[in-house]
Amino acid sequence: MSIHPLPEAPPRLADLPEHSAQSPLSIHDMTVAYRHKPVLWDVDYDAPPQSLIAVVGPNGAGKSTLIKACLGLIPLASGRVEIFGQLPRRVRRDVGYVPQRESVDWDFPISALEVVAMGRYGMIGWGRRVSRAHKDAALQCLDRVGMADYAKRQISQLSGGQQQRVFLARALAQEARLYFMDEPFAGVDAATERAIVDVLRTLRDEGKTVICVHHDLQTVQEYFDHVLLLNMRVVAAGSIDTAFTHDNLQKTYGGRLTLLDQAAQALAQAGARP
Amino acid sequence: MIPAGVSHTSSHGSITDVSVHWPTLGEVWEVLSFQAGYNTNLVMLGTAFLGIGAGTIGAFALLRKRALVADALSHATLPGVAIAFLIGSWMGVSRSLPLLLLGAVVSGVIGALCVQLIVRYSRIREDAAIGAVLSVFFGVGVVLLSYIQNMNVGNQGGLASFIYGQAAAMSQTNAIIIGATSLFACLLTFAFFKEFRVLCFDSTYAAAQGWPVQRLDLLLLALIAIITVIGIQAVGLILVVAMVIIPPAAARFWTERLGVMTIVSATLGGLAGYLGAAASALLERLPTGAVIVLIAGGIFTFSMIAAPARGFVAHAARRARLRLLILEQHILRKMHEQLETVAGGADRHADASVSIADLASERNWSTLRLRVALRWLSARGLLNRHNHHVSLTESGAREAARTTRNHRLWEAYLVRNADIAPSHVDTSADLVEHVLGDQLVQELERELKAEGVLLPSPHPIVATHSAREGKS
Repeated sequence: MSIHPLPEAPPRLADLPEHSAQSPLSIHDMTVAYRHKPVLWDVDYDAPPQSLIAVVGPNGAGKSTLIKACLGLIPLASGRVEIFGQLPRRVRRDVGYVPQRESVDWDFPISALEVVAMGRYGMIGWGRRVSRAHKDAALQCLDRVGMADYAKRQISQLSGGQQQRVFLARALAQEARLYFMDEPFAGVDAATERAIVDVLRTLRDEGKTVICVHHDLQTVQEYFDHVLLLNMRVVAAGSIDTAFTHDNLQKTYGGRLTLLDQAAQALAQAGARP
Repeated sequence: MIPAGVSHTSSHGSITDVSVHWPTLGEVWEVLSFQAGYNTNLVMLGTAFLGIGAGTIGAFALLRKRALVADALSHATLPGVAIAFLIGSWMGVSRSLPLLLLGAVVSGVIGALCVQLIVRYSRIREDAAIGAVLSVFFGVGVVLLSYIQNMNVGNQGGLASFIYGQAAAMSQTNAIIIGATSLFACLLTFAFFKEFRVLCFDSTYAAAQGWPVQRLDLLLLALIAIITVIGIQAVGLILVVAMVIIPPAAARFWTERLGVMTIVSATLGGLAGYLGAAASALLERLPTGAVIVLIAGGIFTFSMIAAPARGFVAHAARRARLRLLILEQHILRKMHEQLETVAGGADRHADASVSIADLASERNWSTLRLRVALRWLSARGLLNRHNHHVSLTESGAREAARTTRNHRLWEAYLVRNADIAPSHVDTSADLVEHVLGDQLVQELERELKAEGVLLPSPHPIVATHSAREGKS
């Protein structure tokens, strides 16, 4: 069954010459603003399929904003995002998300397994209980990150690294094709770091794409295939060899963007919608 | 209120009579076992159901951090009640309860939404927005009420009871409305338990997964609103928020599971309603709403102090146990170290003894604490006490060697990986080493071994195995 597009409907990004048809994620001319203040300008990007991509940039560069905008969690001031050639809200099942660890209250009365089972909620309908099969699947995901022994623990009794692994397991439980992760390596122990890297590589080998906000420049080359250098705009993007260069890093971190920042400030004060 | 079955001699006294008629045990039982007359039973059942519904919804309101929004909502019901009364009297129906409650729900929800709009579209923070909305709506309500008092229509008398509540005046219809609404709220919560759980724990993730977070929030708000509104006639709009906040806050102390917490919260809320209504039936001149809230407060205080695991007493006990453990391990390590130098080897612990005075001079250990710890150690069979000396038993020597080894492993790790100066490492190693589990110790050994430096510590690390074998 095919639905004919309305005459005025814009063509799919994948069909545009400047975007790739195989790309799991295409961003076209995206601008995002908080309270009228632009934090991302004119982002154009195509994520290569089956790859591990690091999103790198200084604080306030808009890395988390980029992820949230791609997930459809914050409105775009302009531009479009397509995931597997569709609007983000149509393909939610195929997109996994690991938020920053600090974004939730870890004193919540819930066990590690129950958190991971949340990854299955999208497959379970409204008002339905979490079945035995879904719980088993959740337990397997906990096992994949080496946390099966902690399934029944209340989450505040886990270490920071263990909490991060629980979040990763929750995303795995979604069985998505594209994953967004917001600083999964932030403040974790060595064992957790190894576990996360293993999981990332397995995901890539299964044909999936992972987009990771990453802070540690020293491990970018070791852990990732591609890099997206971001500082309010895309400074450079591509494979590690071509894009992760000294020159590009200088441009990303080198404070040459004061003009862009000042323009954003001026827009915010004028109350204009960019 | 005066329950039908209980006789009150003092109820005929003058209004300056402030003596309290204390009920007998028989009277207490009569009320609690629902034998004190229809009216009293009605009030007790009504407030109990209110407590159950409020406790259930409250668990999610609390975890979604909406407790103060519920407060703004309940205060914002007052103008709705007044306006509904005015509309009713224009239409010729005086004081129709459903109309008043509808008005209360509408203005309560408008108030709560105002808070969210202010937070979203201005730079005012939520606490300030709540304070402003709460007081402005309540002020409007008070103005409208005084206008109504001066109007020439009958039946406006009961309106003021919305502010402080008048459980004693609960009618059968009232009680049925409360029971049905409460049941409805509990059923909805049960049906959407999973959705509410993900909403309260991680709303961003819920949104990313495609759950309609705003609509779920609105549903939760609506449930808070209807529970609040059916509660205001009984408990009063000032105090009704306590029914939403206090039972779940108390329940949180008893459990680490959301399902259990919700059930405990509902039970505690129901209990507070039932006991509060009973108490105010037994003691005259006590306003039911306030008594219910006081009992809920009592339950909360008890939970905060006495709950296992999360309560104050349990906390204090854990801390005391840890302090004792630390002192014990310090003593053991001190003895091990002294014997290492004096007796010339870890294998001769059992033969040598250390004077208590020596131990006491090591740190600022008070004699009393030292004595308690030594007695405890000897009770556990780790130590033999003589007059002024102590010596390690066989198992004591093993324990001392293990403790010392853990200490040195941790020291080594810190010097190696945390860049802590060797002269400072002793104090920072002191605290952590006592809580090192077996797994962590193995990991320490593995990491230090992997780096090929098991002995960078200022003190040598004695292999416990050889010490153990030497003994046996």
